[in-house]
Amino acid sequence: MSTREVPTRGLLYLRRRQIIRGILATTAFGITSKLVGCSSSPEGSSAGGGDEKPLVIGFLYVGAKDDFGFNQAHAEGAAAIAKLPGVKIVEQANVPETTEAQEAMRNMIEQDGATVLFPTSFGYFDPHILKIAEEFPEVQFFHYGALYQEGKHPKNIGSYFADVDEGQYVAGRVAAATSKKGKLGFVAAKPITPVLRNLNSFMLGALSVKPDIKMQVIFTGDWSLPVKEAEATNSLADQGVDVVSMHVDSPKVVIETAEKRGIFSSGFHTVQSSLAPKGYLTGAAWDFPSIYTQYVEKFKAGQTVIDDSIPHLIRGGMKEKFVKLAPYGAAVSAETQKDADDTQAKLIDGSLYVYKGEIKDNTGKTEIPAGQNLKVTDPALDKMDWLASGVIGNVGG
Amino acid sequence: MAAETIGWWGVPLAIAAGTMRGGTPFLFVSLGECLTEKSGKINLGLEGTLLTGAMSAYAISYLTGSPWLGVITAGVAGMALGLLHAWLTQQPRVNDVAVGIAMIIFGSGVAFFLGKPFIQPSAPQLPTLNLGTWSSIPSVQEVLKISPLFLLGVALAPLMTWFFKSTRWGLLIRAVGDSPDAARAIGISIPKVRMLAIIAGSFLAGIGGASLSLYYPGIWSERISSGQGLMAVALVIFARWQPMQCLYASLLFGGAQALGPALQSVGMTQGYYLFNAAPYILTLAIMILTCSPNRTIFGAPGALGTDS
Repeated sequence: MSTREVPTRGLLYLRRRQIIRGILATTAFGITSKLVGCSSSPEGSSAGGGDEKPLVIGFLYVGAKDDFGFNQAHAEGAAAIAKLPGVKIVEQANVPETTEAQEAMRNMIEQDGATVLFPTSFGYFDPHILKIAEEFPEVQFFHYGALYQEGKHPKNIGSYFADVDEGQYVAGRVAAATSKKGKLGFVAAKPITPVLRNLNSFMLGALSVKPDIKMQVIFTGDWSLPVKEAEATNSLADQGVDVVSMHVDSPKVVIETAEKRGIFSSGFHTVQSSLAPKGYLTGAAWDFPSIYTQYVEKFKAGQTVIDDSIPHLIRGGMKEKFVKLAPYGAAVSAETQKDADDTQAKLIDGSLYVYKGEIKDNTGKTEIPAGQNLKVTDPALDKMDWLASGVIGNVGG
Repeated sequence: MAAETIGWWGVPLAIAAGTMRGGTPFLFVSLGECLTEKSGKINLGLEGTLLTGAMSAYAISYLTGSPWLGVITAGVAGMALGLLHAWLTQQPRVNDVAVGIAMIIFGSGVAFFLGKPFIQPSAPQLPTLNLGTWSSIPSVQEVLKISPLFLLGVALAPLMTWFFKSTRWGLLIRAVGDSPDAARAIGISIPKVRMLAIIAGSFLAGIGGASLSLYYPGIWSERISSGQGLMAVALVIFARWQPMQCLYASLLFGGAQALGPALQSVGMTQGYYLFNAAPYILTLAIMILTCSPNRTIFGAPGALGTDS
């Protein structure tokens, strides 16, 4: 065999020495560019503040910053506090939930001088944040999700979480009022509690306008499956659904496909009006600019999570300005807009509950008994495993 | 507003639409891989080529406003990756499969790195041929919005069969793939033929990527392919290295993708995980049914995966 290979070497054959030379050159280039990168960062941080040292806040995202979804929602929050005086932010996108997250956090603390970190993705918490938090007890870590446990986790960690149910409830009312056929659709990733809360609150809102409305749910099976999401939206449109909402990582495919099919869509995570100028109704969006601004105000007042002056777990809904409604689209009538504004006001002042008993599931079983009202921050809701009445679908798979 | 709901008709309709919409990337990648494997080389890296093609097509369509220019660029970007693969795999003692896996990582890395600024914007999409204007049912009209890329792929399959069967160049490729020694004996440059076959195959895979980002689902995101490139490579074995069978297999897999969502939309709410796994179960079933302990896979190029 080896003798036969000799003639084939003629084409584009490189000598070993040349390859080694090439590798050395590339490594040298890599090291130089890395060093240049480091030396420029202190200049950036000194330029940020006025006469006093700026507060450096670090953000980690698991995906791209402009995915029209979860990561973009956080990045918009980061951009909002970057405008505040005396605040400098450092960001890193596409940080996987591996030891790379620890490396990114350590770099932000040691090289950029970050004293507050917001590692946003769910999977960063255990073990990555826990480990780095022990290593740097003077740095504060805030993680999105309600995972902090008193006594078990380091004192310099805080959790925050926005309960999106109220936003979805109002969006569901808008959807039901705008729907002409009385049939809604929902493209969901997996039948797990956060997704079920989202789609049930949307449905409860819709039922409060039209008690006989139906909603068809399609579970695609994973957070990001663009082809399946498009197929699901098309199938829903084929079945006469005229408003579709979703809980997937990036709602872009669902909203654009719905627009192509000429049906309405209700968004999630962030504002997607620009994707569907005709069909986008509204959508529940995280209000991270508000959440992060609230945190910065606390930091500036000298509060820290280390001495418990900032609570270790902060949860909020519309009242706390953790969740907002996207601006209404062109298809939403003035009457519906007013109704949605009133509903929001009632949810905020506490006279209206999303989870107001009696609530039955789609098999007729009572899930929340009559007379019982649950706040969206109620931990009992974190065990939800049912679909509200009128939803056509099945959690069991 | 005729036919408000089409009920159970939605399922066959969705599968028919799925064969054309979802089958197009499978078709191009499997035809490209078929061409490459006929010359005796395996290119697993087509998953990376698919992603690079999708990204470059979307980016160029967005930047220039011309989706067709995007399609061409996707093909050219695919050729560049193909050139790299062809050069690497023809070095002495280099393994096709190992290079292929490296090329998956490299191709997707390039696509993710250069594709960052294009996740958010909406690029102009390829026009579709609307053959459903005779119908008053919107769902039928939607199914018959056919992409010219799909038609191109469908035309390519018989063309490729003819190419392998009846042209001198087709014979050369088959000779190199089946019996390199014989090919060398009649004075054919094996590295050149293989390089051309790999580059042409990668060109087709790049076009497949363009159909993902510019036709269906029509976005650029890092999860756009979700393994379709690798599945298309497996399809070639399934199709026994016959271009026409690649076409049927691609249509089947495209249609199977639509099965899970379509059944749920008509109220078949049980067992959606099973239906979503339909393409994979189908592959396994066919592999098991067609395998035999008494012979090697029928139709495989003789030198495929060997070190010659």
